[in-house]
Amino acid sequence: MSLRSPLGAALGHGSAKDGTHHWWDQRITSLLLVPLGIWFVVSLLRLPDFAHVTVAAWAAQPLNGILLLAFALTTLWHSALGTQVIVEDYVHGRVILVVTLLGLRIAHLLLAVAAGWAILRLSFWGGA
Amino acid sequence: MSSDPRPLSPHLQVYRFGYTMALSILHRASGAFLSACTVLLVAWLVAAAAGPEPYARLLALYRHPLVLLLIAGGMTAFWYHLCAGLRHLAWDAGLGFEKPWPRRTGWLMVAVFAVVAGTSLAVAWSRYGAAS
Repeated sequence: MSLRSPLGAALGHGSAKDGTHHWWDQRITSLLLVPLGIWFVVSLLRLPDFAHVTVAAWAAQPLNGILLLAFALTTLWHSALGTQVIVEDYVHGRVILVVTLLGLRIAHLLLAVAAGWAILRLSFWGGA
Repeated sequence: MSSDPRPLSPHLQVYRFGYTMALSILHRASGAFLSACTVLLVAWLVAAAAGPEPYARLLALYRHPLVLLLIAGGMTAFWYHLCAGLRHLAWDAGLGFEKPWPRRTGWLMVAVFAVVAGTSLAVAWSRYGAAS
């Protein structure tokens, strides 16, 4: 048992140098997603149909592949940061909080890997 | 923690409701909904990369009215989150905090959102509505 107050124990260690990292990453990804998001939604609306040939041919275009990869990864990064803040605000209780945060991170990571694999395959092998 | 009845800071219910509050919580709600929609996006990409047959099976699933509703909702949420997000970015830059502006930019944002979301829903319906 310590006689130090919680405040006394926390003070004096200096900053972790990481205080604005989460906030800053969320702003960078949101700025990127303005053009990338508009490009993606408008591209979907401009597709003549959603047949496999059409979608595979569209995704196989070099610029589309690059933008698609940028859009998917930035979206998932932004989503990981945003859902984390929501969970931290509304989920109470140490165990359930940590488990939820862990699950969300892993889910976002796996979705990013799957999206990356799919877009690269569409780019280089045309999704055959 | 509840064993210690300390005074609490004023919470939501002490404030008179203003529509800017609804705009704020809708930003968070649309963001959470879009996060769920990323599963639809990634599944669509993976199916397309896996080949014509898996893709056809997924497309049949996506043509279900409930999934179409989800996709239409996702597009609506996307435009709302974008418009509201631009307003938040302006605040992050220190702009638009003075008295009349949060309400004015709120109305402006909703107007822009309504036009853009309405247009894209109409385009989606006219192009793919009959086919699916």
